Amino acid sequence: MMLARLGPPATVLLLAGPIAFGLAGTLLLAFGYLPALGGSEPTLAHFGALLARPALAHSALLSLAAGLVSALVSLAIVMAFVAAWAGTRAFARVQHLVSPLLAVPHAAAAFGLAFLIAPSGMLARLASPALTGWERPPDLLIVHDPLGLTMTAGLIAKEIPFLLLVTLAALPQVRLAETRALAASLGYGRVAGFVYGVWPQLYRQIRLAVFAVIAFASSVVDVAAILGPTTPAPLAVRLVSWMNDPDLSMRYLASAGALLQLAVTAAALGLWLGIERLAAALRDAAAAAGLRLRRDAALRGAALGTMLLAAAVVAAGLATLALWSVAGLWLFPDALPQRFTLASWTASAPHIARPLWVTLAVAATATALAVVLAVLCLRREDETGRRAGRLALVLIYLPLIVPQVAFLFGLQLFFVATGTDAGFGALVLAHLVFVMPYVFLSLSDPWRAFDRRYEAVAAGLGKPRLTSLLAVRLPMLARAVLTAAAVGFAVSVGQYLPTLLIGAGRLTTVTTEAVALAAGGNRRVIGVYAFLQMLLPAAGFLVATLVPALLFRHRRAMRV
Amino acid sequence: MLNHRLFSMLWEVPVKALILALAGLVWTAAAALADNPDPADWQAVRAEARGQTVYFNAWGGSQNVNAYIAWAGERLAERHGVELVHVKLDDTAAAVATVLAEKTAGRDEGGTIDLIWINGENFAAMKRQDLLMTPGWAEALPNWRHADVENKPTVLTDFTVPVEGLESPWGMAKLVFFFDTARTDAAALPEDAAGLLAWAKANPGRFSYPQPPDFTGSSFLKQVLIETVADRAVLDRPVAEADFERVSAPLFSYLDALHPVMWRSGRTYPRNYPAMKQLLADGELDIIFAFNPAEASNAIANGELPDTVRSFTFPGGTLANTHFVAIPYNAAAKAGALVVADFLLSPEAQARKQDPAVWGDPTVLAVDRLPPAARARFAALDLGLATLPPEALGPALDEPHPSWMERVETEWMRRYGAAN
Repeated sequence: MMLARLGPPATVLLLAGPIAFGLAGTLLLAFGYLPALGGSEPTLAHFGALLARPALAHSALLSLAAGLVSALVSLAIVMAFVAAWAGTRAFARVQHLVSPLLAVPHAAAAFGLAFLIAPSGMLARLASPALTGWERPPDLLIVHDPLGLTMTAGLIAKEIPFLLLVTLAALPQVRLAETRALAASLGYGRVAGFVYGVWPQLYRQIRLAVFAVIAFASSVVDVAAILGPTTPAPLAVRLVSWMNDPDLSMRYLASAGALLQLAVTAAALGLWLGIERLAAALRDAAAAAGLRLRRDAALRGAALGTMLLAAAVVAAGLATLALWSVAGLWLFPDALPQRFTLASWTASAPHIARPLWVTLAVAATATALAVVLAVLCLRREDETGRRAGRLALVLIYLPLIVPQVAFLFGLQLFFVATGTDAGFGALVLAHLVFVMPYVFLSLSDPWRAFDRRYEAVAAGLGKPRLTSLLAVRLPMLARAVLTAAAVGFAVSVGQYLPTLLIGAGRLTTVTTEAVALAAGGNRRVIGVYAFLQMLLPAAGFLVATLVPALLFRHRRAMRV
Repeated sequence: MLNHRLFSMLWEVPVKALILALAGLVWTAAAALADNPDPADWQAVRAEARGQTVYFNAWGGSQNVNAYIAWAGERLAERHGVELVHVKLDDTAAAVATVLAEKTAGRDEGGTIDLIWINGENFAAMKRQDLLMTPGWAEALPNWRHADVENKPTVLTDFTVPVEGLESPWGMAKLVFFFDTARTDAAALPEDAAGLLAWAKANPGRFSYPQPPDFTGSSFLKQVLIETVADRAVLDRPVAEADFERVSAPLFSYLDALHPVMWRSGRTYPRNYPAMKQLLADGELDIIFAFNPAEASNAIANGELPDTVRSFTFPGGTLANTHFVAIPYNAAAKAGALVVADFLLSPEAQARKQDPAVWGDPTVLAVDRLPPAARARFAALDLGLATLPPEALGPALDEPHPSWMERVETEWMRRYGAAN
């Protein structure tokens, strides 16, 4: 298995390489180095120009607050829910309800939310005029509100499934049932007992994922453009508009801004470390004070309620999107369109084909590469008997923690300099950076949990290691591998900024098309694209469910 | 999005220079400039065009327009063997910057853009910087003979800048307002910008305009500028020759008064015209406006607006202009681009474009002078309930010199839009 030996270095190269090159490129630009534009001397002038931009601090604060608040709220909801319900039947049901939401691309979820809660949105339509008396939508600034509350809510609804699934993956590594029994025998309520006894170990396992949430939310572009404030917009949105400005010298400004974005995200993470300490101190104080929260039924109910609400909001938003995609004339306050028509679909069909093909091809290629690399890495782990260390884990999470704008600007420069920009390979590579972590993280647990005695038997029967991998382990792990692939596929489909910058307008996917069309404000067309954007990952997960079922139809022990 | 091209070229410069120096070669691109296709010899142009791929850089924010361009592409492929690729822009300025960067990088042939949908400041910029194919070719196109140069003077003068055949007219635009008769009293509609402000005060939260630099939003600013300026003649000359502070003061005091009574109190703006259209359908806005008189009928036909929507203009006149297609000086498929430009000017393409069920963009042709068959195409068009007949569109106000728009947009952003 020479190949397996190449796995880890190749992964390191593919993950850290683009980030390192990208950051270096961004750094060069920020300090004014671009000889062709007349910039050959390093200068701080672009930082001066950046700081002179109106309302820059406002934009940076918006990003910082969105990152911290969305992480704090979504983590609190997930913690309360797991604390109150883990181990129960309701937990398993909610888990099945919420998990598919992970596959919904951020942009689609954001559109759904906007269509749901705008003054002329679905909720207002359902409640009007009977309950509200509104014959016309009220003049309320809900979507694009100046404080970014809608944007933060949209981020929270999407981060909850992610954090829940990460927590679920870590849950088997703590002794839940025993700790619960012990805490209960000492008279602690379910939530308090969990928070004192289980959460600290659990949190240690999911900490990097929380960091990823903070980094993502503080630097997100698509959700911020769809739901966020406009005067001024959050930092990352402004950076991308500078990057796309026809005036080339704006690129210096955008790159200097990207470094500011890096600092904002770092500041958010730094503040988070403080919040962690504060929360730990509060927990210790509460524990020391003997706070047992014995009667926590209301809290448990609230935890379940919030969790279901988050899922319901995303689901209702998606349903509204689907409705708009087939709507004819649909006036306020009608709850349903006057007519239904497939016109939006038939009109979009000829324009969808190419982006759809690019989306599928890039996602399939990047996912396939990521799965192969992940298998090679894990295989190497088996051979050396060493689990990926802390450093390796940080490396895997790196693309999720470094703000995308900070290295994608520079990465674009790198691709351009090598003449590979707007190429299929470059786009796949850019996607791979983001797909790889998710594939690795979702495959590693089932892989490590595999009973290695099967392989011992295979070896005992004289089978070479490659045969035992291909004929024993991979088939038995087919479900896990396909699920990891579906996750990777969904991640690739949802990529906005990498596609926008590296695809450079020549290679567009349904996600970039959908966000571009959002500018057009045509709800029907947005409905079509966002629905497609959602359909693709769903199809991926369907394959991941159906294929193993088919494969194992004669293998009773392999069924779920 | 297109700008990656600029980048690649800018990076090529030092590399290229090095290679050239090492090889001791002489830069000979200038020679390639000589063999531009000559539209006077149309047969030769058509022959050369066959098999070419024309990258048409055009604003892509409207499904109608995109579908129309796709239709044109099918016809061109069938009849002329030209493949038309629509490169969808969100801002035409990006295409201008691309050509400029190509010129800076010495890429004088084989450029990435063959045709640009353009007018106003972008045309002025390209003309000023010699980025357009010369000599003027538009008036030599076979279909130019149908163009209405007498009654549509903006076909020859684009935002005060003489066209000189460097771009071929494609469609007409005029600022027209829409309202819903089911909600809004037609008798109370404003008759000028001052009336609009009074109307907005009486109906707070029911009017807005797209956030500049969106071109529909910027056009609204120009309309107000023209109406509030003391002496309109200053707008025909570059802004540098005028006292911008003084001339624009009434515009900004108008906006200061308008914003508090606007939709969302002016704290956020619709992104563009389609977003305003949706807001009219939702009943959030009562008066919206577009640069295409047929937009409302078009939207009614598509089920986007109720059939109670109607149009109105200001009796004192509203902004009007012509939009064009231009060929960059370094286009890779010049013959193909000429064939596309000529097809877009043909009565067939122009009539289809004017059909509200397709796009509804008014023609640049003199319909009354067309051959009977072609005239019949236009006569057969149902302009729709909400479209004003040409004679009811009111006087046309000329666009100010392009430099005014740039200055007004910058000042607008400084005052109201910390966004970009």
